Amino acid sequence: MKAAVIVFPGSNCDRDVVVALREAGASVRIAWHADPDLPGGTDLVVLPGGFAHGDYLRCGAMAARAPAMAAVRAHAARGGLVLGLCNGFQVLTEAGLLPGALLRNAGLAYVCRDVMLEPVNTETPFTRAYAPGEAVRIPVGHHDGNYFADDETLDRLEGEGRVAFRYAAGDNPNGSARDIAGVLNAGGNVLGMMPHPERLSDPAHGGIDGRRLFEGLLAHG
Amino acid sequence: MIARVTITLKPGVLDPQGRAIHHALDGLGFGDVHGVRQGKLIELDLADTDSAAAHARVDAMCRALLANTVIEAYRIEIA
Repeated sequence: MKAAVIVFPGSNCDRDVVVALREAGASVRIAWHADPDLPGGTDLVVLPGGFAHGDYLRCGAMAARAPAMAAVRAHAARGGLVLGLCNGFQVLTEAGLLPGALLRNAGLAYVCRDVMLEPVNTETPFTRAYAPGEAVRIPVGHHDGNYFADDETLDRLEGEGRVAFRYAAGDNPNGSARDIAGVLNAGGNVLGMMPHPERLSDPAHGGIDGRRLFEGLLAHG
Repeated sequence: MIARVTITLKPGVLDPQGRAIHHALDGLGFGDVHGVRQGKLIELDLADTDSAAAHARVDAMCRALLANTVIEAYRIEIA
């Protein structure tokens, strides 16, 4: 699998996700946000965590309009895989590739800690290594991770199996609607999630629950 | 020509910053405030001379970048 990690000014989890992808067996290229083309043969695009453009205006707002995003949009429309982690999730909602928006955390504070997640739809290329309802530990680190969408959209996401991960009961760190931690597009080939699987993907990190996401992607082909 | 865009969270969208400001005002003795919503003001210095054309262009800017209409409403004033 060929992965492309798009780097924006202010990305800061790009190297971590490159390591996690390579450890899982992917061939990884790094692409700059101003480049209008993805590296040739890209199967998977990853939008990493960080603070693209300083979170100015709204988190992900400027990054979502970067030249590279037109290529990401075309890649997603062809059924290509796109994974947005934390700031990458914010970019995907700002780009309209995923529904809803990420608001300021309900508790106002920046939250940086491990959370327990519950995989909901495990029949996707991103979540196939997990079992529905199992307890998965993955860290979060964000100030604006409070997932919001109107009730009709939330009903549709749940009805169509487009909730990939929820925060485990009682462990919602940011006030997200219906405890949603990660959502899929209608085709199931675009995933955005606030938790950082790349930060718990090596025994030296204290756990490997996050590594399984990348291993699942690689097993998918 | 100056355009001022006022951007606010739509009614029903949680505004934790507004809530914190409300709480702080209450602590300062301003107990008669029913609610606080925080927004942002963007001021644009435009070359346009026709206010209707300027309004249309700023509206396009709002939809393209300045506001996220999933969660925000905006109001344009041309001066």
